[in-house]
Amino acid sequence: MSAHTKTERILRPSRGLISLNLGEIWRFRELLGLLAWRDILLRYKQTYLGIAWAVLQPLLTMVVLTLVFGKLAKFDSMGAPYAIMTLAGLVPWLFFSNALGESSASLVSSARIISKVYFPRLIIPISAVLSGTLDTLIATAILFVMMPFYGVAFRPHLLLLPLFFATAFLAAFAAGVWFSALNVKYRDVRFVVPFIVRIGTYVTPVGFLWQAIIPQKWWLLYNLNPVVGAIDGFRWCVLGDAFMPWWPGFFMSLGLSLVVLVTGLVYFRQVEKTFADIV
Amino acid sequence: MSAPAISIRGVGKKFMLGGTAQHDTLRDQLAALARRLSGKKEAAAETKEFWAIRDISFDVAEGEVLGIVGHNGAGKSTLLKVLSQISEPTEGELRIRGRIASLLEVGTGFHPELSGRENIFLNGAILGMSQAEIRSKFDEIIAFAEVEKFLDTPVKRYSSGMYVRLAFAVAAHLEPEILVVDEVLAVGDGAFQRKCLGKMSDASKSGRTILFVSHNLTAVRTLCQRGVLLNRGRLEFTGTTEEVVRRYLSTTLAASTDREWRAPSTDHAPGEVRLLSARLVPKSESGVLDVQTAFDLEFEFWNGKPGAMLNVSLLLYTDDDVAAFNTASPRVETPQGVARAVCHIPANLMNDNNYRVRVLLVEKGRPLEDHQNLFTFEVAEGEVSRYWFGKWIGTVRPLLDWTYTPCV
Repeated sequence: MSAHTKTERILRPSRGLISLNLGEIWRFRELLGLLAWRDILLRYKQTYLGIAWAVLQPLLTMVVLTLVFGKLAKFDSMGAPYAIMTLAGLVPWLFFSNALGESSASLVSSARIISKVYFPRLIIPISAVLSGTLDTLIATAILFVMMPFYGVAFRPHLLLLPLFFATAFLAAFAAGVWFSALNVKYRDVRFVVPFIVRIGTYVTPVGFLWQAIIPQKWWLLYNLNPVVGAIDGFRWCVLGDAFMPWWPGFFMSLGLSLVVLVTGLVYFRQVEKTFADIV
Repeated sequence: MSAPAISIRGVGKKFMLGGTAQHDTLRDQLAALARRLSGKKEAAAETKEFWAIRDISFDVAEGEVLGIVGHNGAGKSTLLKVLSQISEPTEGELRIRGRIASLLEVGTGFHPELSGRENIFLNGAILGMSQAEIRSKFDEIIAFAEVEKFLDTPVKRYSSGMYVRLAFAVAAHLEPEILVVDEVLAVGDGAFQRKCLGKMSDASKSGRTILFVSHNLTAVRTLCQRGVLLNRGRLEFTGTTEEVVRRYLSTTLAASTDREWRAPSTDHAPGEVRLLSARLVPKSESGVLDVQTAFDLEFEFWNGKPGAMLNVSLLLYTDDDVAAFNTASPRVETPQGVARAVCHIPANLMNDNNYRVRVLLVEKGRPLEDHQNLFTFEVAEGEVSRYWFGKWIGTVRPLLDWTYTPCV
């Protein structure tokens, strides 16, 4: 253990823009994984049905939405089985809404750890978003099991699913970074996020196809909802080219998510140093 | 001589009380913004600066075990938080050479719903251990904690002793180059404390640098070679543990300047009985008052009732307002004039606590004067036992006569 093999760390007041220091997050990747694993374990601990909830939630929601929109309102599904079309929309939406809620509350609910141990605080919202991926995998598996029953063939496009999932992940993480950091100082976030999710449930095209309903001049505006692109992508992969996403909107929304993420990271780093003092 | 493991230069940490810190909702923030835009200045009195620590500079050599001593509010916890990178310094600079781990609490991140096994991995990772490291020490940890049978039980079903043992066991197996420890010895029973202390002195013998904060002077004396004394956020003194402890005890003395009470007026009115003054006199050369010091509580009062049958009744209360005891002087036929009553309190009666003094002047069972809160004094921990480092339970800690004969 010679003196010069040791790393020296200098702690001093930080000024101006701070580097994102992604290397630090890589160094703490094990903790990141463990925190996500903890969230997954905790979600279904002491429940009677356990992990079965991850199956029931999307399945039951699908049934209700299919009955309401497909059977009662008789919305058009462009020839696709309504249940499959709905489920393909549900997978990214459920992920996004859960991840948004979990990550926004994540820093405040980890107050105890934050005030006692150092680690890059960013891994808390990351792990909160990450912990939702297992549920999404399960929901996707249900989708795959149901497809043959409805005569929907597997297409090579399905290989693109992770890509569209990534856009939903990006959007949830970007918003989560902003909201979790804001929540430390302004507990208003506690009211804002559930509100966004509730409104989102209605305006997000989970149980219907939006291109048939929305006048074209509003399309760009409609695509400000970051989940629209992900849902379109899922439907395209599962149901075929008739469900091709509207690419201008898709890329606009993707770009927007990136902007939100980058500004969010800058804000997060700026206030990170004060979390332990005010949380 | 190699460079110090930790070098602290001019470190300060400022907190804002009130003012901006209270803008906790967007509405407040918007209101403040509106005020700024309209050119009105926020009232200066709204914010108050508070330096929890300031101008702290010292070095910790590699392999040194350093004790940090100070009264409550002296800034020990803030200093540890800055050192542990939890909280950022407002000014100054810290250089830390080597892998540092801090133990500000046992069981950080423990989740009641998770099993013992799961918590070991989670807590280990939070404290900075790698998964491989935890796996390799797993058996040692559960043996140390003595919880083998309950590994797969959620820790919410653990007894508090088991919980603490498990939490400490994980922490005790941390092997950083620099370890920062805060008051964690105050947990568990005596046997377990000894085990923990043993583990810590092993750690120091293996060349690790340790920073140790404790109220328990015996533990500090046992573990540390050198100490740092903080007082009201400032570094008051650095030196050997003995010197630091001595200084600490003498600041205890200085802090309690009000070991004395004087009546606002000294009217010697006829027909009245009135307390004039009260004071505490420790029977030690240094003036230090610890559990092994005898002391006197002296009361002077004016008696304006010739030949009254008077006695003085004394009560001591602890911080949580529990009466430690009530003692009364003999009843004496007192001539008119100033009288003096002294209560001799022996060594080894009081516990290490703060005590509030209440005194009553009584005539034939009828209180004439009742002074609820004359002053408060602090009794410091003395060097009592090498085997018990926790807090003694009780409002008093009498040393009583025992007979103890092993039966052969």
